[in-house]
Amino acid sequence: MLRIAQGRVYDPANGVDGDVRDVCLNGGKVVEELPSHAPRIDARGMIVMPGGVDIHSHIAGPKVNAARKLAPEEHRADPLDRTAIMRSGTGGTVPSTFTTGYRYALLGYTTVVDAATPPLAARHTLAELRDTPIVDAAFLVLMGNNLPMFELIRDAGPDGAGPVTEAVAWWLEATGGYGVKLVNPGGVEMWKHGNRNVTSLDDEVEGLGVTPRRVLEAIATSVDELGLPHPVHVHCNNLGVAGNWRTTLDTLDTLQGRRAHLAHLQFHAYGGTPGKRPRSRAPELAEHLDAHPEHSADVGQVMFGPATTITADAPVSARLREITGGKWVNADLEAETGCGIVPFAYRERNYVHALQWAIGLELFLLSRDPWRVVLSTDHPNGGSFLSYPRLIRLLMDREFRNEQIDRVNQKAIRRTVLRDRLEREYTLGEIAIITRAGPARLLGLADKGHLGVGADADVTVYGEHEDREQMFATPRYVIKGGRVIVEDGELREAPAGDLLRVEADHDEAIERTLRPLFEEHYSVQFANYPVREPWLLEPARRIPARRDGSGR
Amino acid sequence: MPLTLTLREPPTVPLETEGLSPDRLATRRRGEIEALTVWHGNRRAQLADFFAVSGNGGEELRVEGDLRRVKFLGAGMTDGRLTVAGDAGMHTGADMRGGELVVEGDVGDFAGVNMHGGRLVVEGSAGHQLGGAHPGERAGMRGGEILVHGDAGDQVGTGLRRGLIAVAGRVGDAAGLRMLAGTIVALGGLGAPPGAAMRRGTIVAMSHVTLLPTFAFACSYRPPFLRLYLRHLRALGLPLTDDQIEGRYARWCGDGLELRRGEILILEAGR
Ligand SMILES: [Zn+2]
Repeated sequence: MLRIAQGRVYDPANGVDGDVRDVCLNGGKVVEELPSHAPRIDARGMIVMPGGVDIHSHIAGPKVNAARKLAPEEHRADPLDRTAIMRSGTGGTVPSTFTTGYRYALLGYTTVVDAATPPLAARHTLAELRDTPIVDAAFLVLMGNNLPMFELIRDAGPDGAGPVTEAVAWWLEATGGYGVKLVNPGGVEMWKHGNRNVTSLDDEVEGLGVTPRRVLEAIATSVDELGLPHPVHVHCNNLGVAGNWRTTLDTLDTLQGRRAHLAHLQFHAYGGTPGKRPRSRAPELAEHLDAHPEHSADVGQVMFGPATTITADAPVSARLREITGGKWVNADLEAETGCGIVPFAYRERNYVHALQWAIGLELFLLSRDPWRVVLSTDHPNGGSFLSYPRLIRLLMDREFRNEQIDRVNQKAIRRTVLRDRLEREYTLGEIAIITRAGPARLLGLADKGHLGVGADADVTVYGEHEDREQMFATPRYVIKGGRVIVEDGELREAPAGDLLRVEADHDEAIERTLRPLFEEHYSVQFANYPVREPWLLEPARRIPARRDGSGR
Repeated sequence: MPLTLTLREPPTVPLETEGLSPDRLATRRRGEIEALTVWHGNRRAQLADFFAVSGNGGEELRVEGDLRRVKFLGAGMTDGRLTVAGDAGMHTGADMRGGELVVEGDVGDFAGVNMHGGRLVVEGSAGHQLGGAHPGERAGMRGGEILVHGDAGDQVGTGLRRGLIAVAGRVGDAAGLRMLAGTIVALGGLGAPPGAAMRRGTIVAMSHVTLLPTFAFACSYRPPFLRLYLRHLRALGLPLTDDQIEGRYARWCGDGLELRRGEILILEAGR
């Protein structure tokens, strides 16, 4: 039992916007009332929000681990000694598993979604999530460059997803995943054919009879038919290429009428022509999104300083490596996807980096519906999650923002609407939307991101501070599942978080279709492929899909 | 008598002594020195658990005993003089910024790694990664001088950015790997293949060297700068002959896979 007494509560999902009231917690949930003798936190003068929810991050699995191995110099610079509560670990842009959990919690985040796991690597991701304490975690399963899936899509024809739908559900069950991710659909497979890519939604994936458009349509239709809590999560084709905003618009048009979430929209909002200097097309994309309530995005803000690019979009990594001339991992996940990792640094004086930074801010400042354009840095691609407080200050503090705008490459700024010194300042209520209420709603996590009765008892309490960066960097209290995890900015305990996985039924008959495809394409036996190890899958919270029409 | 630390017996697992340098000990009282933290494996210990402290402070520090398992001696030192009477373990003089560190015996791997200034003198031989880079770092040593009177192991001067490494004896394989600038002088033979992926800088050899095919012959000449360098090294006690100082050198440019602004100078016989 715990009463968080008399704080200013921001709970936008329930229409609460800074009202002074109590939040009562019992049995891991928010409750209506508690006896007056219940233990209490005196939150007078403090800001109370639901725990943060990160809709798109990279925190677990082989790609993240490869990124760790690539950067011993970061670990040397940021070691964490063991304490009575914390295990030892390392920080940097890609912290070790335990440190990831501690640092997210210390930042007031209690739910994190890893945005890209190849099904073959599900065991690794699950094992690492078990070692990532405190936060509840889920992961999205990569399906956009999968050879058996391509065959099902090709044979399904244009009108129905049919077996594709059953296969999507089968794969989610086989991996313990939460949702479906498409990364440069078709393009990664083309890269694996020999340094090529797709450039439009109608390029055929050589010899496989599918196009990016067909993959997008089939998988988005399947996700909707299954009624998965989270829509298809799309990393569009042509990431980072000048002029790619047309591909992004084409993707949104293709998915019109179907739910879709676009990952790190900033990286897909460039005008200009390929190979030349990009410019901003953020206003056009922000407007388009506003007009389509079935679509949403996270921003993928770039923050100046060190980053590590980790992506299934291996051709993008190859291009980045040409820029850095430094370390690079390029990996092939046999029938499923590719992977690329390149350590990177964003610099204020660099035209492209400053433009990326500015486009991210444009997307935030021009979007009229904060529920559908939510905060991310695509950690650690655009910057570490530790830079969220600074990003929040950029959104909330116009004066600070304008100072920062003056520091960066002005040629880039002139290509954006930031040159007009946008007036908008995010309110605390809007910050609560883009950092918890919005992501939770987009993920379909009904118990997260709000403080209504029955919600999970995940609460963050901030000391009121004029410097919003400082305020959001060091919450006074973080409560997870009703337990006080952080007190006065210090970690008090570090219990395990929950695995969040979807529960979506499938027709068992799909295995008869999949088995021969596996024998053709995989090095792994079909029977050995699904994750079965109880220690990886249990305990877990199952979030049910709402499949309609089929009676399941 | 200078401040002297005498290791009573060799530790069973490596003893890490980061911070044991003359500049840091100069102003401390005996009791403070004895209470300094050292790490015995993963256990925290006090300096006095392993060392007997004698003599007075000042800018001179002497460490005695079987120090082969003692790491990070003189790491990060900025000033003064540290003498190691005998062999020293890994990371001796790591991140050193100034002063002089003399090892009267051999040093372990990673000696002078990421050095920024000062002088490290090894009267015996050095291990691998002499004057190299910390794991993962692009750049290694950024300044100062390393003189070795014996031999040196592999990957001498990995990522070298500035400074001078001179070895009287033989230098192992892959010297000057990914070198960015600076100078490596090998008087007693140079393993293969030197200068792989070097961008700039100079590697000097006094006898035949097996070069990578990505190095191209440029010319044969008497580099004026080299005479200055070699005389300086002779003054510091390295065994340089007049023929080496005055001789003609073949200049090979590379690495052709990188900038090709680096050079390997090889003394030509009999001229
Ligand atoms: Zn991502």
